[in-house]
Amino acid sequence: MIRLHNVSKIYPLKGRRGGSPRTIQALKDINFHVPAGQVHGVIGLSGAGKSTLIRCINLLERPTTGSVSVDGQELTGLSRQALNQARHRIGMIFQHFNLLTNRTVFANVALPLELMGMKRAEIHQRVTPLLELVGLADKARQYPAQLSGGQKQRVAIARALASRPKVLLCDEATSALDPQTTGSILALLRDINHKLGLTILLITHEMEVVKSICHRVSLISDGELVEEADVGDFFTAPRTQLGREFLNDFLQLEPPRSLFERLDATPGERTHPVVRLAFSGDAVSTPLISRLARECGVDVSILQAKVESIQERTLGLMIAELMGPPAKTREAIDYLESHDLHVEVLGHVQRDD
Amino acid sequence: MSSAMIDLILRATLDTLYMVAISGVIAALVGIPLGVLLYVTRPGQVLAQPAVNGVLGIVTNIGRSIPFIILMVAIIPFTRMLVGTSIGTNAAAVPLTIAAIPFIARLVEGALNEINPGLVEAAQSMGATPWQIITRVLLPEARGGIFTAMTVTLVTLVSYSAMAGAVGGGGLGDLGIRYGYNRFNPTVMMITVAILVVMVQGFQSLGDYLVRKSDHK
Repeated sequence: MIRLHNVSKIYPLKGRRGGSPRTIQALKDINFHVPAGQVHGVIGLSGAGKSTLIRCINLLERPTTGSVSVDGQELTGLSRQALNQARHRIGMIFQHFNLLTNRTVFANVALPLELMGMKRAEIHQRVTPLLELVGLADKARQYPAQLSGGQKQRVAIARALASRPKVLLCDEATSALDPQTTGSILALLRDINHKLGLTILLITHEMEVVKSICHRVSLISDGELVEEADVGDFFTAPRTQLGREFLNDFLQLEPPRSLFERLDATPGERTHPVVRLAFSGDAVSTPLISRLARECGVDVSILQAKVESIQERTLGLMIAELMGPPAKTREAIDYLESHDLHVEVLGHVQRDD
Repeated sequence: MSSAMIDLILRATLDTLYMVAISGVIAALVGIPLGVLLYVTRPGQVLAQPAVNGVLGIVTNIGRSIPFIILMVAIIPFTRMLVGTSIGTNAAAVPLTIAAIPFIARLVEGALNEINPGLVEAAQSMGATPWQIITRVLLPEARGGIFTAMTVTLVTLVSYSAMAGAVGGGGLGDLGIRYGYNRFNPTVMMITVAILVVMVQGFQSLGDYLVRKSDHK
């Protein structure tokens, strides 16, 4: 449904020094594809290029190189007029809602239809059910200033859906909302994805958003997509350092500070490994820790543990110290890996005994 | 006070209102579109035309920097060409209009500048053309600011129109100078000033009311 091919965006920087114009590369060679009906998240820190990326999809920003196609139509080659037509099929919502302050809720939702030249009676028939869908039928005559943040975003969602788009772009749509309101907006988006089969691309810096509605996630850093995975896999075993940082921040699963300071990168003669275990699926219900003690003769000291449910999957995470002679602990790690656990050795601590 | 004097004051009040109204309306018809043009042709805006924007900016600034009293005298040939005479209220309305156009344009540009750029972006994402952005987003969203701009302009025109007396334009300012100052009649002077004060108050209150009514920020 959405396909980006070798998309780059280079901005000229103001002021020239030393003759050559300076530039900044906001996006580097982005390739990705979102199939129809999927909810795809792009997560990254601020300044990573998320906003530029999502604006390249409806060409609010024109990519310097590469091509963008939505619903099989290549947008980069279209005339202005054809692009405006194509944009009717791409809805967009924003972090700060961007509702027109001097239009009522009803008139805001009607705006894209007016732009398409639709007749009044027809607009009326379209807008009313949309306001019901987002739960604001009773606010039709109010102005945005009279609404809460969550209600404003609901109006913006109804407005984005008015032209019956195939794709919805969400630019940090919940970043300005409190956690509870975020939850209800995400539930609405999930609902829309199910009911209307709408393809959703969202950018965010919040793992919570990815966890609760995305099917797949891409990680963006310095204008490059560094990792892409199914959400369940990403939360079990991110492949990049940045991915692990996002996950650790989200789960707040870090070894205790006092231990962290004692961690050595290399094993010594008298050290124990400290490991981060992630397990999902069957492994969650298997009593692996007690088996580890019995079968490998290794004691396990659990420093932190957590069970999260990521959509339909259950995910266990643990930070533990494996106590035993080096040969035994190595055997224990092999044992865990053979049971489909993701094991990451965080470091080694000196034995106290 | 003689009834002739009262007639004179009444006549002068109507003259002032006439000059302010006619120049205010014509200047709005030209100045508001000019202000929109100044805004939308800026770099990065929906009709970005840096060269056009530069020229319009310079012309507007020249218009605003010429002192009104000089402008009035300098364009006398133009005024004569347009209305056939260089004295009277019609003749005074010409320089008043010309002075008000760049004034309104800059104020309208400022009002548009207050609009959250995200609204334009949202409209673009819906496939709005530049014309649709101007008529459906920019002008309605700047409505309050444009009413404020018109209020300031009308008040300024009231005080400029007093200077128009200097070229035989008539109106309250002219009356105040001729009877109050030149003929040592402080009562007339006081009355004309009082009427001007009431007039300005009236415009301001009307403007404030319209801003309140039209703006839902």
